[in-house]
Amino acid sequence: MTTTSLNQLSGKERFSRWVNARRKWIFAAPAMIFTAILIGFPIGWTLYLSVTDAKGSVRAPADFIGFENYLDVLTDVDRFWPAALRTGVFTFGALAIELIAGMCIALLLWRPFKAQKWVRVAILLPFVATPVAIAMMWRLIFDPNIGFANRLLGWIGIAPQPWFSEPATTLPTLMFVDIWEFTPMIAIILLAGLTSLSDEPDEAARIDGASAWQRFWYVTLPLLRPVVLVAVLLRSIDALKTFDLLYVVKGQGGGSFHEAETLNIYVYGLSFKYNDFGTASAVLIIFFLMILFVMWLLTFRRKGAKL
Amino acid sequence: MTPKNSERSAPVKHRRPARLKAYSAFRGTMIVLVVLAFLVPLAWMVMASFKTNVDIHDTSKSFLFTPILDNYSHVLGNDNYLGFVWNSFWVAFCSTGISLLIGVPAAYSMSRFNMQKSALLVLLARIIPGVSLLVPWYYVFANLGWVGGYGVLIVSHMFILIPISVYIMMSFFDSMPIELEEASLVDGLTPIGAFLRILLPLSVPGIATAGILSFIFSWNNFMFALVLSGANTKTLPVAVFDFVSYASIDWGAIMAAACIMTLPIIVIALFAQKYIVSGLTAGATKG
Repeated sequence: MTTTSLNQLSGKERFSRWVNARRKWIFAAPAMIFTAILIGFPIGWTLYLSVTDAKGSVRAPADFIGFENYLDVLTDVDRFWPAALRTGVFTFGALAIELIAGMCIALLLWRPFKAQKWVRVAILLPFVATPVAIAMMWRLIFDPNIGFANRLLGWIGIAPQPWFSEPATTLPTLMFVDIWEFTPMIAIILLAGLTSLSDEPDEAARIDGASAWQRFWYVTLPLLRPVVLVAVLLRSIDALKTFDLLYVVKGQGGGSFHEAETLNIYVYGLSFKYNDFGTASAVLIIFFLMILFVMWLLTFRRKGAKL
Repeated sequence: MTPKNSERSAPVKHRRPARLKAYSAFRGTMIVLVVLAFLVPLAWMVMASFKTNVDIHDTSKSFLFTPILDNYSHVLGNDNYLGFVWNSFWVAFCSTGISLLIGVPAAYSMSRFNMQKSALLVLLARIIPGVSLLVPWYYVFANLGWVGGYGVLIVSHMFILIPISVYIMMSFFDSMPIELEEASLVDGLTPIGAFLRILLPLSVPGIATAGILSFIFSWNNFMFALVLSGANTKTLPVAVFDFVSYASIDWGAIMAAACIMTLPIIVIALFAQKYIVSGLTAGATKG
């Protein structure tokens, strides 16, 4: 294009050309290098630790013990498998209810009404508020003696419940809090999806005499599927890794009977309470593979699904 | 229209408003119930923060009580609480700023040049459990003597914020017509000049979205600060959590601390709900 030869350019111009020609990588490099270092090194390290008997101090020399840690973990029916099961129940139990309730709320708020903006702001609050504060708040509300939850039950004549204070009711109560916190998020994502839909397919179905339910099930829902998928992906990634709520309510080990111990809490305890880095690393690798597997299942054969 | 036709539709016209009325009354009730379900617990937290501990224990004073400010003055007076507010703010501010600086150009490149695999690397950070990074990070940062400083908190938060910024900005740049750049190239700008002088100013809403969400995520983060912060760099969530562990449960003060911690986020949500929603739904509505 330009007739000036390279020799005639000043150093600054030459530099500018060089930068412009490589902007694709210059722009992307800092983010990629930063991420690669902060992820790459820890994963390599975790893989290495998982085949050693590293304990106590990370600096102490560790011996190679092969896949013993993995074997120990996978045969551990006291802590690992219950924790894995709890992770699954917590994540997918809460997610299922959040999806259904979120869809109902999104449909409820879909068509314009007065104060729509304020209702949206109101339901924004639970999941943008600091999770530690939310966890504390629910600890007070679910306190068996002074909590508002039992007072409320008392008003409608139901006996007080133990909530967080009994192993059997702890996980369901925690799931309830998660549902309270994140149903609005799902609702807002689905609402945005609904709002972006064109009215025509719905109108066409109405003219063909489809009932409201039929129009939702056969017209709206299929059109909304990509949005539902994004909501499910985002929420399941975060729910699998829930930490704040469980830790603030039940502390290390998930309570005296490990009743709230998910894989995340289990690994945290192994690492920072028992310094059992070998076992912790093996659990982490397995946990990470599980998350990847779930993500793969969710996006499987669905092209264009971005995280 | 024939008279016959209008006769036929007349009764329908009369019935419809009645049905609609019933429906909108039902819908209004349901909306009020939904709002109450999400606001009453928060209101309970705020009310408890203005109660004495005696009133918190008194079932007859659920809603009627004499508000007091003692909890707030107790929290703000002791425990260097304002220092923790500053820590949270400083860490969130720096990690958000640097993440945008790194994330926005990266998102532009990844969106324009279809760098799917590179984007996947950055977004992988969203999937990995933070716990898995803490032990190696702690080891390295402790050896560097960084643990307990602001730098390590900022870096660890950037690890969460960069994927968020890239994710939001990618979908923002995806929706910008490529003709914008082509036109400015024709006008004699270099590609980088076009990015800096034409695209960036137009991306301000996207950058605001990414920035606001990043700030909130950093402000709310608990796990990284729990392990990596020192006595003087504790962020609010950790400080409040510690407060619970050593104080014999002083619910009034705890709720006041929780309210102070949540207040900035509520203010942001009130004024920037548009941005929060668009950040949350980035990529979702395009399918």
